[in-house]
Amino acid sequence: MEKKRIHIVDTTLRDGSHAVSHSFSPEQVTAIAGGLDKVGVDIIECAHGDGITGSTFNYGFSKYDEMELISAASKVIHNAKQCILLIPGIGTIDDLEEAYKNGARVVRVATHCTEADVGIQHIQAAKKMGMMAVGFLMMVHMASPEKLLEQAKIFEAAGADYINLADSAGYCLPQDVTDRVTALVNGLSIPVGFHAHNNLGVAVANSIAAVEAGATYIDATCRGLGAGAGNTQLEVLAAVLDRMGYDTGLDLYGVMDVAEEVVEPIMHRPQVIRTAPLMLGYAGVYSSFLLHTYRAAEKFGLNPRDILVELGRRRMVGGQEDMIVDVAYQMATERDGKK
Amino acid sequence: MEEKIKVGIIGPGNIGTDLMYKVMRSKHLQMDFMTGIVESEGLRRAAGLGFKTSTEGVKAIAADPEVKIVFDATMASAHLANAPVLKEAGKIAIDMTPAAVGPYVVPCVNLAHLQDVDNFNMVTCGGQATIPIVHAINEVADVEYAEIVASLSSKSAGPGTRASIDEFTQTTRKGLEQVGGADRAKAIIILNPAEPPVMMCNTIYTLVKNPDEKAIKEAVEKRVKEVQQYTPGYQLRVPPMVEGNKVTVIVQVEGAGDFLPKYSGNLDIINSAAIAVAEKLAEQMLQK
Repeated sequence: MEKKRIHIVDTTLRDGSHAVSHSFSPEQVTAIAGGLDKVGVDIIECAHGDGITGSTFNYGFSKYDEMELISAASKVIHNAKQCILLIPGIGTIDDLEEAYKNGARVVRVATHCTEADVGIQHIQAAKKMGMMAVGFLMMVHMASPEKLLEQAKIFEAAGADYINLADSAGYCLPQDVTDRVTALVNGLSIPVGFHAHNNLGVAVANSIAAVEAGATYIDATCRGLGAGAGNTQLEVLAAVLDRMGYDTGLDLYGVMDVAEEVVEPIMHRPQVIRTAPLMLGYAGVYSSFLLHTYRAAEKFGLNPRDILVELGRRRMVGGQEDMIVDVAYQMATERDGKK
Repeated sequence: MEEKIKVGIIGPGNIGTDLMYKVMRSKHLQMDFMTGIVESEGLRRAAGLGFKTSTEGVKAIAADPEVKIVFDATMASAHLANAPVLKEAGKIAIDMTPAAVGPYVVPCVNLAHLQDVDNFNMVTCGGQATIPIVHAINEVADVEYAEIVASLSSKSAGPGTRASIDEFTQTTRKGLEQVGGADRAKAIIILNPAEPPVMMCNTIYTLVKNPDEKAIKEAVEKRVKEVQQYTPGYQLRVPPMVEGNKVTVIVQVEGAGDFLPKYSGNLDIINSAAIAVAEKLAEQMLQK
């Protein structure tokens, strides 16, 4: 029997950008994208962690011009498709056009999981430009499988080529993933993908659950490099899916070597589950809030854990990094008032 | 009864209806005419309150010699068509859409400087909430770069906003530069579906040349009071926080609850600003 094909989307150069505070250089991008292209990754995503034009006070400025990085990647990507992330409300169609000129051929249009309609125009614009367009729903733990299907259908109707569910808070347990992916696989006529965070240590398990529920696109990063406790570790996923009898198109040893020889040396810290990222997963908070929360905690003399719990209680969504300062300021004011 | 200036509204949706209630409370404005292009709940509501209504849109209002000021609460493409008709009829247009036929106006910043203008553009809700702060900081500290994050409750963002989210960020950016005085700017919008709905919140980051903390704090506090003159629910959540050359300010807008719920502070501030423009114009007309 022919093995089922699972498409691997590497996002080391996008989600991993959070973990290096958006400091990837053109040389690093060239080495990583070039390496990934050779070992059989299907789609390589390269952008600021919060998508194109995410280089801001709110999300952290990129050390190098983002379009320069996209252009550098395009020169070494020959087999894979080159991808960017675009979050409507941050990036625009004008920015998408510029990314296209610099070599991007796939765009993942990311919205909060209940707000897909803000991305309709971006999906349509991408299709008009001849790009592959993906509807990307974030923070999927906050919506029911039925609600997610309804939102996915908005993207499907706009022309999306597949729908990606993102467990942006790393809150989902395998059963949550199975339920959500199953609802989409049964209700859509386009493929489904999944993006995990490892805040509760189940990124690989959740990716397996997604594949077994019928997802055919899986996001991963070398060494798991990504926001919060990171993403599904690419080289581990490659080995696991191979053992399970799936065809990922990956050269397993090659992937291991890119992770160990190219990516590991440029990491700022080991991608382990410290207390704060664990709290992201436990409280259901957007993973990219992590480093911003450490900074606010230090500035206001607070415990990052308390800030994260309050952010979760307020039901903040992706992109609301500014509210970390708001929460920290209000907590510090209340504490100082009590003294 | 004191003399008032008659006002028309094109577009009987949420914005138009809230504007109607605000006009009804105004000292100098008299609600007179509400028009749309199809029969709607909004038109019936206006008729029920005793105002003239029509499904002839801009044409009906243009043909009415009594109406002097017209709020266009339709959408950008419609206003592009309506603007010349209103001009021809000698009406002053207050444009609630991002069409930007006329200059941007933020009442506490540049209304006094706009002379002989017959078409005012209200920028965006995010612009009305953040441009005053950027302008205040720019006056004392010289803003090189301004960046704002406007978060709105999902419920307060209608289909128009959702279908044109790029226009929102681009128009707000231009307003921050042209009216706020920032050399460069960036605007971000976030929709949050939390229940109960979140209040409109705006974070304003600026990169300044002269980070004089005392001057910045005074300027911002003074400006907040000026905005409160026409939007009472405008509040400073986080007063200016100066770190090196970076200044962070957070403001919240609670709506007046005229027609729209209080969490729709985004809609309230743009409508309140539009009313402030109309009242100023009416005052000038009445003095003549």
